[in-house]
Amino acid sequence: MTIASGIVGYGAYIPRFRIKPDDIAHVWGEEAARIKSGLGLEEKSVPDLDEDAATMSVEASKNAILMAGIEPERIGGVFVGSESHPYAVKPTATILAEAVGATPELMAADLEFACKAGTAAMQIGMGLVSSNMAEYVLAVGSDTSQGRPGDALEYSAGAGAAAMLIGRQKDKFLVKLEGTYSFTTDTPDFWRRQHADFPSHGGRFTGAPAYFRHVMGATQGIFEKYGHTAADFDYFVFHQPNGKFPLEAAKKLGIDPKKVLPGLMTPRIGNTYSAASMIGLCAVLDAAKPGQKILLTSFGSGAGSDSFIMEATDLLPLARKKIAHQLSWYVNRKTYLDYGLYVKHRRKLKSQ
Amino acid sequence: MRKVAIVGVGMSKFGEDWGRGFRDLIIDAGRRALEDSNLQGAEIDAMYCGTMAPGPLIGQEHAGALLVDWMGLNPIPSTRVEAACASGGVALRQGFLAIASGFHDCVVVGGVEKMTDVPGPDVVSALGGAGDQEWELFPGATFPAIYALMARRHMKDYGTTREQMASVSVKNHKNAAHNKYAQFQKEITLETVLNSKMVASPLTVFDCSPVTDGAAALVLMPLEKAKKHCEQPIEILASTQASDTLALHNRKSLTELNATKVASKKAFEVAGIKPKDIDVAEVHDCFSIAEILAIEDIGFFKKGEGGKATEDGLTQIGSQIPINTSGGLKGCGHPVGATGIKQAVEISWQLRGQANGRQVKDAQIGLTHNVGGSGATCVTHILKKA
Amino acid sequence: MSNIAITWRRIPERYGLVGSECGTCKEKFFPMRKLCPTCRRKGKMEKLQFCGQGEIFSFSEVNSAPGGLENTTPYILAIIKLKEGPMLTAQVVEACEADTKIGDKVEMIFRNIRRDDPEGLLHYGYKFRKIA
Repeated sequence: MTIASGIVGYGAYIPRFRIKPDDIAHVWGEEAARIKSGLGLEEKSVPDLDEDAATMSVEASKNAILMAGIEPERIGGVFVGSESHPYAVKPTATILAEAVGATPELMAADLEFACKAGTAAMQIGMGLVSSNMAEYVLAVGSDTSQGRPGDALEYSAGAGAAAMLIGRQKDKFLVKLEGTYSFTTDTPDFWRRQHADFPSHGGRFTGAPAYFRHVMGATQGIFEKYGHTAADFDYFVFHQPNGKFPLEAAKKLGIDPKKVLPGLMTPRIGNTYSAASMIGLCAVLDAAKPGQKILLTSFGSGAGSDSFIMEATDLLPLARKKIAHQLSWYVNRKTYLDYGLYVKHRRKLKSQ
Repeated sequence: MRKVAIVGVGMSKFGEDWGRGFRDLIIDAGRRALEDSNLQGAEIDAMYCGTMAPGPLIGQEHAGALLVDWMGLNPIPSTRVEAACASGGVALRQGFLAIASGFHDCVVVGGVEKMTDVPGPDVVSALGGAGDQEWELFPGATFPAIYALMARRHMKDYGTTREQMASVSVKNHKNAAHNKYAQFQKEITLETVLNSKMVASPLTVFDCSPVTDGAAALVLMPLEKAKKHCEQPIEILASTQASDTLALHNRKSLTELNATKVASKKAFEVAGIKPKDIDVAEVHDCFSIAEILAIEDIGFFKKGEGGKATEDGLTQIGSQIPINTSGGLKGCGHPVGATGIKQAVEISWQLRGQANGRQVKDAQIGLTHNVGGSGATCVTHILKKA
Repeated sequence: MSNIAITWRRIPERYGLVGSECGTCKEKFFPMRKLCPTCRRKGKMEKLQFCGQGEIFSFSEVNSAPGGLENTTPYILAIIKLKEGPMLTAQVVEACEADTKIGDKVEMIFRNIRRDDPEGLLHYGYKFRKIA
């Protein structure tokens, strides 16, 4: 099987601010300890007033481009997946493309598919690159998703971005993209109408018929398509709306949880939606050794999962040091907010 | 080139003037100046008026035309002059040039600003036009912030303290309390300045000049004619102007105004005198730090020593060099376009011995210093009892 | 501040920190200039990409915001001296009076500068962040 595309650079961005479930629970009269253990979550990231899906995409992408060491003019496609694009009409992708210096000769568009819009962008990148329609494609997942005040999702809705630069020159691959498989259905587990401020969801319906059906469907599907079993992989990265679902998925698939934990970032930064599984991937790539195999399965409500089989190359260990800031730098720098400042930062006040 | 003299002065009471608009203010100042000059309107053959932002503040441009009409002086030429906060000073210089060159024989120069007809944020935006809109204001600078950047650097480079800056405001309020035309009539303490709300650190509310409505006017004539016409003409020994970069960040230094240095140096050369020969000066204290920079850059004190000099009382009335006897911009108020003219009104009163309650003894030579924006324009005048 | 054409024209500078260098006197400028202030018509202006590294030359914590930035205070406004020499005015994020000093090293980041809420444009550009 010829490998037609690979990741030649990657990068992430997490805002500095954090809020603990304790501060949210205090306001809504809930028990913090129960929530934290139920969700497997310690705290979540909160964007600053001047941050959004566009600004975070830029910093994550600049890290990825620096790692790849290519001139940005050679990027032939920019695709940004988010469910919190700053504009409803006017693409985040062009703001990003201009800011990283990829304009004007390129293809670009914004994507929305709940939490898997970023991995959908990766698949588009793989297609454009392997068909020689573009030399490099920048695929980004970036979100500052809103949690409805008082709702369960308010505890976990975080902010972050991840960028994958995809190319076709084998001698530049840091990660080989061996294949991809998607499992997609019309499943109404979580949605937001055009003019609504906050999303709605189906409660327990978001579990078995949504997350688990599609994550399992895609993962088992990719195993079958490429003739693999769970044992072939060193790392598993699953979409991570909380700290629990990925471990449950692992259990159902007979996977050792030790292979899932390195890519499980939600407990420390919250669910970063379109960036979530890609940030998990960044964490794994920062640790992986050459030759190690990685399976990534994202999930987006609505619903669908994209699975990828990847393999780290010899170039990865040195290249990943070449960027301005690694994921761990962003995760470890924190300033805590109380609920009042959180609400101001998230523009939930009517007068803002 | 003829010598030029001031033969009449007048100003409105500065302050928040709800009852009077733009036109009312300039008529008040104009009438007083003409009465003081003992001239009829028909004898005036040109007028110049400094006003920074009538567009944003009252929706009116073509201010030159409006004012000559309202003053009943059509069809004489009337020119609006704009150089941000130096609009008044630059208008005075235009009037000076008109007479010195022989082109006109009797000129009225005025300055006016009506700032309270729009809400606060609109005033802040209008004043922002004095700086670089795209590269200073857009990223979030305000005028207090721009001067705060200068203040912090001055504190670092020369050890200037907040107390020293505050002592500028205290002195100017003290002087204003003796000036019936001033916006503020009460003295303040150092503690008041230091403990008031921080606007842009390290500057507090009391380090900043206020929003003010007001107007001032002067009548100018050739000196020879003036001597025959009135008892106490005030000769304009020098009228100089210099420029610097619009944005503070493009300057060679944050702690001096080169435009002040150039204009002042030239003024002293033309007048044939030195800084120590000045008996009284009105300088541009839009913020407390601005007065400290001014007294250094004009040459009254060495660079870095302006703060200490003020703290030690050397710029008080009765001391080494009385600065801002009118109360300055801080105490008297700062109707932007009027300030440069008001400064000359105050110095004229001082030189004539008419500055009741704040008179500098035996004042013979005075200086006015008017700055636009953060130092992009500076205009300096040296006045002498003729 | 909501002028579409002005914001669009300024994108290379605001997004990319692109300025000018005079081929004649070698002086560097930010933002771009068409005319060298020293050489004037004898100057040859070329585009110059600044690297984004710099240090704080002076700063102030702004409490009274200008129109359009209400409810974003307090913020740190600074004059940044770029590594290559020229200076510019920008906000420093994630900083306050107590933890900021003249000389602190900073790097350029991409943030939203103004929002013409509720239905107008979003204006992006450079701010700076301290290098830990």
